Amino acid sequence: MWELIQANKRKSTVLIITMGMILVLLGYILGSAYYPNGGGIIGVVIAFIIWGILYLIAFSSGSKILLAVSGAKEVTKQVHPQLFNIVEEMKIASGHPYMPKIYIIDSAAPNAFATGIKPDNTAIAVTAGLLGRLNRDELQGVIAHEMSHIVNRDILFMTVSGIMLGAIVLISEVFIRSLWFGGGGRYRSRSSRDSGQAQLIFLAIAIIFAILGPIAAQLLYFAISRKREYLADASAVRLTRYPEGLASALEKISQSTIDMPKANKVTAAMYIANPLKKKGEKLHDLTSTHPPVSERIRILRGIAHSADFAEYQNAFNKVKGKTSKIIPQSALKDVTPLGLREATGIPLAGLTQKKSQRNVGDLIMKLNDYSFINCPCGVKIKIPPDYKKDKVYCPRCGREHTIK
Amino acid sequence: MTAIIILIVLIVVVALFLISMYNSLVKLRNQVKNAWSQIDVQLKRRHDLIPNLIETVKGYMHHERDTLENITKARSQAVEAESVGDKAKAEGELTKALGKFNLVVENYPDLKANQNFLSLQEELTSTENKISFSRQNYNDQVLFYNNKIQMFPSNIIAGMFNFKAEEFFEIEEATEREVPKVSF
Repeated sequence: MWELIQANKRKSTVLIITMGMILVLLGYILGSAYYPNGGGIIGVVIAFIIWGILYLIAFSSGSKILLAVSGAKEVTKQVHPQLFNIVEEMKIASGHPYMPKIYIIDSAAPNAFATGIKPDNTAIAVTAGLLGRLNRDELQGVIAHEMSHIVNRDILFMTVSGIMLGAIVLISEVFIRSLWFGGGGRYRSRSSRDSGQAQLIFLAIAIIFAILGPIAAQLLYFAISRKREYLADASAVRLTRYPEGLASALEKISQSTIDMPKANKVTAAMYIANPLKKKGEKLHDLTSTHPPVSERIRILRGIAHSADFAEYQNAFNKVKGKTSKIIPQSALKDVTPLGLREATGIPLAGLTQKKSQRNVGDLIMKLNDYSFINCPCGVKIKIPPDYKKDKVYCPRCGREHTIK
Repeated sequence: MTAIIILIVLIVVVALFLISMYNSLVKLRNQVKNAWSQIDVQLKRRHDLIPNLIETVKGYMHHERDTLENITKARSQAVEAESVGDKAKAEGELTKALGKFNLVVENYPDLKANQNFLSLQEELTSTENKISFSRQNYNDQVLFYNNKIQMFPSNIIAGMFNFKAEEFFEIEEATEREVPKVSF
């Protein structure tokens, strides 16, 4: 895992410098289009101020905003002991020194994400729908994938490059809109004919740049985002030694037809599977933050003998039919075969659809501070948090229960 | 003059390189030690859970006195074990005893409806998992550390300051296979 983290760091730096260069160039050209004499520098400064503001927001409260926007609630171990245990298992397996905070999202759609820029302050959020549908092995696979994002520092990287992308898009948008209102034209009429011509050329370059810059930055961002998803899958296999867990979890997630209303374009990249994808819709490869789920599943199921990175790369090559490097070379050198384990088949599996829906409902109620009483007649009485009386009668058999 | 400056710069760069290499070796060695102590934490956790488990199931499992006694015996042996070899053996026995217990639990549907038992069962399952995951992490760390101290150029520093290769934590094939498949 450590070779991988180092390789990731190097690549991240390269990418961030590339995006930074696009940002600087964009600022310079757009600035020059406004003021040919020295406007470029001002443009660069403005670009950096915008970037700085976005950076400050993301680093001071990015996680909090993300968790709040997705409607996640922090929970204690009592709410879902199994989830807590599984996160702790993956924390131990990855050797990460800090326990992530655990959030449950009040949604019936199955999905999950991890967040947190600093290693000692991270969080894993899963939806109630995910907990209601998966068995222990599958949930372990999903948590291992999220834990890998944390350990591989993907979140830091995606945040930093996301901010760059945001700044580039914002600046281009503002420029193009200002042209619409004739902002550039005023200065042109004041200058002499020669510099006017130079400015026209600048303006043309600037427009081309303002259109192409964001597209280039986005394609770069998406390409890296997809690669990190594969990497997190490979790391998850390494952690759990059980590829089938993640594979069948992804299958269940992709089969769900429930929408996730609180996910949007900005937060989509963070989820384990793209929350915005409608069932049956085919996303374009280049403009997607996630690789197609069916492909990820086929790769995972192609792993037969060992949980190491080289095996994942082989399975990847077989499925994709080409040899693009998903795993950095330095991590492939480690060829010690790592034995796979067998399925544990722990409960929660084989739930009927009705039962699983009820599970999800109960969990959402628990999140909203409902308490439960099991009546001997088999009814589960749900008590809302604003219920004031200290006694309740079972609606089926009429037994009296005291509320603790 | 310039030759001297170049020489000084060169010496400083080499010194910094050696220092950082030494520090990274120390860090790796500490990580190995820490990974080892993680295994201990989980083993202790398992010892703590067992008396609770026995207490809970005693009322239900009248015909399984032998199985329960085996667990208690294996546990106390594991607690008392001192050397690493003894420990590995005693913990292996305990794992085996718990595996047997998991098989007979299937015959007691009442027990499987007991909320207290179910939550203990989840704790025990998870602890078994944590034991094997911490072992897996320990072996990963040892592999990385051993590679570092055997490969050029860090092996020079390792030799100078007496960094020794660590041993992997292997479990005998036989006991390994008998690790309960945590299906209660």
